[in-house]
Amino acid sequence: MSKNKSDSLSMYPVKTKKQVTLIGLIVLGMYLFSMFWTQREMVGGFSGALSNMFQVLEKFFPPNLSVLSAIMGPLFQTIQMAIIATTIAAIITVPLALLSAQNVTTFKPLYVATRTLLNLLRTIPDLVLAVIFVGLFGIGIFPGILALIVFSLGILAKLISETIESVDMNPLEAMRASGANTLQMIYYGLIPQVLPQYTSLVLYVFEINVRASVVLGYVGAGGIGLLLNQQIGFYNYPNAMAIIVMIFVVVLVIEYISNKIREALI
Amino acid sequence: MIEFKNVGLVYPNGTEGLKNVNVTINDGEFVVIVGLSGAGKSTFIRSINRLVTPTSGSLEVDGENILDYKGKNLRKLRTKVGMIFQNYNLVKRSNVLKNVLAGRLGHSGTLRSVLGLFKDEDKALAYESLKRVNIEEKLYNRADELSGGQQQRVSIARVLTQQPKYILADEPVASLDPPTSHQVMSYLKKINKEDNITTIVNLHFIDMAMEYADRIIGMRAGEVVFDGPVSEVTEKTFEEIYGRSIREDDLRGGADSVEE
Repeated sequence: MSKNKSDSLSMYPVKTKKQVTLIGLIVLGMYLFSMFWTQREMVGGFSGALSNMFQVLEKFFPPNLSVLSAIMGPLFQTIQMAIIATTIAAIITVPLALLSAQNVTTFKPLYVATRTLLNLLRTIPDLVLAVIFVGLFGIGIFPGILALIVFSLGILAKLISETIESVDMNPLEAMRASGANTLQMIYYGLIPQVLPQYTSLVLYVFEINVRASVVLGYVGAGGIGLLLNQQIGFYNYPNAMAIIVMIFVVVLVIEYISNKIREALI
Repeated sequence: MIEFKNVGLVYPNGTEGLKNVNVTINDGEFVVIVGLSGAGKSTFIRSINRLVTPTSGSLEVDGENILDYKGKNLRKLRTKVGMIFQNYNLVKRSNVLKNVLAGRLGHSGTLRSVLGLFKDEDKALAYESLKRVNIEEKLYNRADELSGGQQQRVSIARVLTQQPKYILADEPVASLDPPTSHQVMSYLKKINKEDNITTIVNLHFIDMAMEYADRIIGMRAGEVVFDGPVSEVTEKTFEEIYGRSIREDDLRGGADSVEE
């Protein structure tokens, strides 16, 4: 009330403003420092790297499209890997997500144990998983599928348990008050509330798995990645380019379809 | 019959929800509990189906002390005590029929209900219950497509499908407008009379309590400060229960605009 009209009221307290400014300056400083440092360490700097890049890129064109029919087999293998892995992960996720949701698993030690297990799973990158499983089971799609399952479990169970934790608990209370047991409460009160998000997240993880399974092929876990690695190894760049183009098209198509389905769901 | 004998309840944080409550509720009665928010009305009602557990005294339903019930016994008690909530507590994404059938869960086997195999007589009962609250044409609508009053009627149908001996209603009209409030209370009263189901309702509106109750129990700070038939209740009684004079917002109003 006592404030002058021209002396406009600030949206944030002065203290907050000062803190945010300080943090901003520190972040900016870190950027400048790392830029300066990497510039000095980089051999040849930007210009050298760029000219080398164009030289290599030229060899990739034109892509050798006559190998397309030979690519199709491994490409479908890659997609199949993603489908199988996503399906199995989607099933195993259900009990894990329930056990790691605080509002369902009220027994704290169990909840903490599942949470910790899932956090551990997520710390292992998919490529490392593939290397481990290829080492254990040999080259092929089986280790690839295993790696994808473990990798998607980490993401899916975490995201779905968070969805479960945000549901409206009131209907479940009503069912408890009418004598329903825990399993019935989950089936009638919980599942209808999380089903759309569950489906959407499974599709999202499927998209990630298609891309990841390409990379996994690189370490011997089957599919199109294996083929791509071979072609680049033989310096057969036009063939490699054809493979890259196909991967690009397939990933785009799958993402488009899955996005459309997910939009319709939520 | 429900008998509270020296019932006390202290919450883990030290708040006293109930203090030495002695009340007997006879079969077929329509009891309204009145009191300000925080007076212990909800705690009182939720003790009966053990959504909260009193820490002292004994609470008998049909002659059995329910305070040490666990697991199966507890679920059995809850199947004969139906409950209606302020926020309807329906599964918003599920359709009306599925919500109403949820009232049958306590009577159904786990495997059967998980597979969605409700008995034909259960489904018929669900439809009959919806008809009794005049909302059977919304059978396949999703619950969140209905208005507040319609949702509360669906939750009454859910309780009817449960075929309980007692109905507890925790502020059933607090989120509704005056005409809808009267409609919901009328249904509750009708069911109480027709099926002889003992009904206990929490309300904070004085005029509604006077209109629908057979008996009024007044609560203040966890204690029962009044208990008597509605004929003995005057405005002075309410002033004693509330510990202050009666105000405009203690009344729901709108009794004239009810249309059946």
